[in-house]
Order: sequence, then C-alpha cells, then structure tokens
Amino acid sequence: MNRIKTALSSTAVRFSLLFLGLFFATSVGLVFYVTSLSTKMIEGQAKAAIDQQLGGLEQAFERAGIPGLIRFVEREARQPGAHLYLIADQAGRILSGNVMDIDAGILDRSGWVEKPFAYSRFGADESSRFKAIAQVLRLPNGLTLLVGRDLSEPERFRAIVRQALTLALGFMTLGALLIWLLVGRRALKRIDGVSLESRRIIAGDLSRRLPVGHSGDEFDRLALSLNGLLNRIELLDKGVRDVSNNVAHDLKTPLTRLQARTENALSGAKKISQLRDALQSNLQDTEGLIKTFNAILTISKLEAGSILPNRQLQPISPVILDVVELLEPVADEKGVILSFQDHSKLELVINRELIAQAVLNLIENALTHAGPDNHKIEVAIVDKDIGRVGLVVSDSGLGIPDPLKKTAIERFVRLDASRSNPGTGLGLSLVKAIAEAHGGSLHLDDNEPGLKATIWLSKA
Amino acid sequence: MKLLVIEDDRDAASFIEKGFTEAGHNVHVCFDGGTGYGLAETGGYDVIIVDRMLPVRDGLSVVTELRSKGVDTPALILSALGQVDDRITGLKAGGDDYLTKPYSFAELLARAEVLARRRGNLAQTTFYEVNGLKLDRLSNLVSRDGVEITLQPREFRLLEYLMARTGQVVTRTMLLEGVWDLHFDPQTNVIDVHISRLRSKIETGFENPVLLTVRGRGYMIKA
Repeated sequence: MNRIKTALSSTAVRFSLLFLGLFFATSVGLVFYVTSLSTKMIEGQAKAAIDQQLGGLEQAFERAGIPGLIRFVEREARQPGAHLYLIADQAGRILSGNVMDIDAGILDRSGWVEKPFAYSRFGADESSRFKAIAQVLRLPNGLTLLVGRDLSEPERFRAIVRQALTLALGFMTLGALLIWLLVGRRALKRIDGVSLESRRIIAGDLSRRLPVGHSGDEFDRLALSLNGLLNRIELLDKGVRDVSNNVAHDLKTPLTRLQARTENALSGAKKISQLRDALQSNLQDTEGLIKTFNAILTISKLEAGSILPNRQLQPISPVILDVVELLEPVADEKGVILSFQDHSKLELVINRELIAQAVLNLIENALTHAGPDNHKIEVAIVDKDIGRVGLVVSDSGLGIPDPLKKTAIERFVRLDASRSNPGTGLGLSLVKAIAEAHGGSLHLDDNEPGLKATIWLSKA
Repeated sequence: MKLLVIEDDRDAASFIEKGFTEAGHNVHVCFDGGTGYGLAETGGYDVIIVDRMLPVRDGLSVVTELRSKGVDTPALILSALGQVDDRITGLKAGGDDYLTKPYSFAELLARAEVLARRRGNLAQTTFYEVNGLKLDRLSNLVSRDGVEITLQPREFRLLEYLMARTGQVVTRTMLLEGVWDLHFDPQTNVIDVHISRLRSKIETGFENPVLLTVRGRGYMIKA
C-alpha cells in the first residue's frame, strides 16, 4: 500500500497517469460519439427506407385498394431483405407478412414505434429474435399494417465498436501498468536511493554523496548539483569543527591563565607591585587572545569566501622584499641568513596585505622552527611553469615529517608539543587560506633537510 | 589637547575619557552621530575620535560632512571592521587615522597625540635636528655631532618617522604602518630589533640617548 502511495506521489507517475486518463477519456468520448452518430445515421436510413416502402404501399392502395395493398405486401414479404411487413387483425393475430412473432404491445399503437422491438422471422432462422423498427398503420378495414426494417446491421456495427473499445481499454490498462513498472518503479528507486543517502547525511555523515547514474537525465543533474553542494558543506563543516577543536586549546590556555592569575591576585593581601605584575601579564595574555581571535576570524572569512580580497596587478618582488627586509634583523639575531633573490619583474594580481602576511608567516615559521644547525632561509620566486608562479620559503632546519605535513596546516597544530611559544600555530593555516583565496595553493615539501613551503599563484 | 569622543558604547567611552584625562587632556564625550556632528562643527577641538557604528548617524558620514563644510579637525576612526578595505573606506571618507577594535589604549593615545600635533603643521619640514642628531630629507644625509651616519634606506625612513614626531610616543603598529605600509601583527618582535639596530647606529659612541623606549607604549625621539 505504501509503495503504491509513494508511486502515486511521484510526479512522473502522476503525469503519466494524468496523460493516460485524459487520453482514455477522450478516446472513450470520441468512440461513443462516433458510434452514436453512425447508429443514428443507420437508423435514419432505416426510417427513410420504411418511408419508401410506405410510399410503395400507398401507390398499391390507390391503384387497387386494400386487396391491392395486401397483394403488394405479400409479394414484398416474400422477397429477401431487411424490409418487414406484417398484417394483423384487430385481435392481433398475424395474418400475413414475413414477421412471425413480435413483442407484445407493439401493434397497439399506430405511428412510429419508439424503441426497437424484437421479432422473429419466417424463413431460415425462425427461432432467433432480431431487432427492428417500424411504423404501425391502421387500415380502414380494421386491419393493422406494420412496415418495418431490420436493425441487425446497425446492431452488428455497434457490437464491433464495443469490441474494439474493450480491446483498446485493455491495451491502455496494460500500457499504464507497463509505464508504472518502467517509469514509476525506476523513479521510485532513484528517489529511494536519494532519500536513503540524504538520511545518512542528515544523521551526520557528511562524507556521503548522492548516487549519480550514467544517463545524464534530470535526476543525474540534480544529484550532481547536490553533491557539489554537499562538498561545500562538508568543507565548511570541517572548518567549523577544526575551529572548535583548536579554539578549545589555543584560546582556553590563555583564558585559563587569565582566570587563574586574576583569582590569585584577588585572593589574600597582595602588594601593589604584585597586582601590577598580574595585570601586566593579563594584558599580555589579552593581547595574545586578540591576535588569535583576529587570525581565526580572517581565516574563516577567507575560507568561506566572504572576503574577496581586493586584488590588484602589481609587481610581486617589492612585496616580498618589504617582508624580507622587515624580518632580516630578526633572523640575523638568531644567527640565520635570510636571503631573497630579487630579480623578477613579474606582476601578479594580488592583495598586497594578505600576500605579505603569508610570506611573513612562512618566514617566521621557518625562524621559530629553526633547528640548531639552521643557517639559512631562502626566499625565492619560482617562475618556471606557464600559468603559475611559486613563492618559495625554504629552510635548512628540522622540517616537518611527512605524515605531519597535512596536519601542520590544520590550525593550531604545532610541531613542538609544549606549545609554549607565543606564536599560535595559525601561521600555516592562514597562509593556506590566503593562497586559496587567491585561487592558488600551499604546498609543503621536504627540502632535504628542512622544509620547503611554496605558495602557488596563477599568473595574470 | 582638547578631544571630542563620539562613541555609543558607554563603557568604552568612559575608559577613553578616563585615559585621556589621566594623560592630561581635555575630553568631551557624546553618544550619537547627530550630537557629535553638531559639536564637531563648531570646531575648537584638536582631535575627534569617532566610532564608525553610531545611532542617529554613522561615524563616516559625520566625517565626510565635516570635511565638506571645511572642518579639517583631524579625525581618528574606531571600528570593529578591520579589513584593509575598511581602512581605506574610512580614510577616503576623510578620516586621518583608523583603529580596529579591540585596540590598546596606548595605541589610541599615541595616535591621537600625533594627529593633534600634525594639525597646523601641514607644511612638512625637510630638516630635523634633535640633540645633535641631524636628518636631511632632501639629501638623505644623517649625522650626529658632525659625524656622518650611514643608514640603510629602511633605517632612514624609520628615523625620519620618529623624528617627525619628536616628543611623541610612536607605537610599534604605527611604525609598521608608517615605515613598511603593513597592517598586521607579526609574532616576532621585529620592530624592537629594527629599533635596536638603529639605536646602535645613532647612539653608540654618542653622549645622550635620543631614541627612548617608553615602557608599555612604544618609542620616542626625545630632545
């Protein structure tokens, strides 16, 4: 029952049933119309024939009176054909003609018999009854004359039509069944498939996708679009999940410190200088929190595509140079040589602010993760491919072990487990978000030794 | 200096008022754009600090109209909107500086003081001299007590920025913006390192310190 209900609620099935129904109704109507029209025509013909017969009878009567009439009738009755004659007395007894028996009451009234009546005939088939129409006349001498026409032909026609109609209806029903079996069930299966996957997805499994067939029909197109939508949702959801997972750590740590420190400062009698120190440290933690918050916000906005970075065509070299110049003294203090080959005249469509931030993050990352033997960090523009250009920061430090490369980009994941450095691990995540917001990507490779981070950007 | 603060968040306004008063300045506070415009139009203020989101009328429209009426009081815009494009919109509307919330009061104070002093000093001097330290903007020459000092271009710009604001606190963020045209927070103490390099060039071997560190606030060239 449920399946029938579901089938009926399918638009495809409904449409086919509707179409079928209309076709059915129209056909039936048409057939009945045609049938009744032809029946009328045939009856009309019969009546006309009867009138003709009456004409002949009238002539005979005028020539030879009633005896002439009766002789005429007897002669005509003996001829084979559809014409019918009957002469009866006042009591209804049949005296002459080719009609053997007749329905009761027909002879009682004169004029056209309203409905076809049954009769049986002298001759070949005396036991059968046929249908006829007739006119009944009262003769001046008291006899009743019936002039009629057999309706077997029209009746046969009607029977044939009825048969054809029944056959047509039968085929239509078969057709409807077939359509349901083919269209309806297929539609049902597709819909079932889609609802099953949707239920799983709603239950939380965002990795699933809707089944796509090979026909390229509207179901397939719909499934493809929905799958695209699901890809996006899965990405955003993952982003949100990542944020909540990592926010848990990198915000909670300073927040916990803030709370603990404040509680401690409030307890007992503290000297002004102690309170001052506590407040100073609180301020530092607050500033750290603000930085983290801003970074998360920027990453989220970039990933969601809601900031379309305002990009302009400009030379890329000066942007990198600014950042390298900025960080060079810091590198120097750490004993690291930061170098940049500034030869490229290449221009790219970029957001200076964001690209500078990205390169800065990569260099700062290289600086913080410098190992004891880390002597140099090289920044370069790699312009070897058609269509894309790479901004490369490579160091000779510890590098990131391969299995961690992917998660290193996940926010807040850092290589030093202690995470006591003030820099949050947002660095690489922000670089990735910036690269992708420019339609590019971030790749981490082994510099053997060390890490080679490349921001790929497409050329103008 | 005399400040007008237009900020609808009462708590924030009260903190700003307290901070500036403690620093020795005169503050008027109002809480909506309409009142703010009226007060600002009369002139008489050295700096206007205006929040972007205000009831009655928003901060940017206040500044734009003031400019169209010829009121050129320096305006510092405060906003929660922090993208570079938002800064540009704010500055294009007629603002002279732009701070994103949350901001540190030290930052606000330093910038307001710099803005207040800039007014009336529109013609920029080409020559700075403090405590024997001379900087010539035309020839790009720096010397102290007659001894020529060689500076990298960036170091020169750094010193120039500081000397143009002699006697005023300059924050690290201001330096990053003014000298490198970058608007973000680096994790490392980059500015400090640049300052210490500059210091070593202009102070080592000379008598009085001229480049001072103001704890918790920034740096200052002091006569």
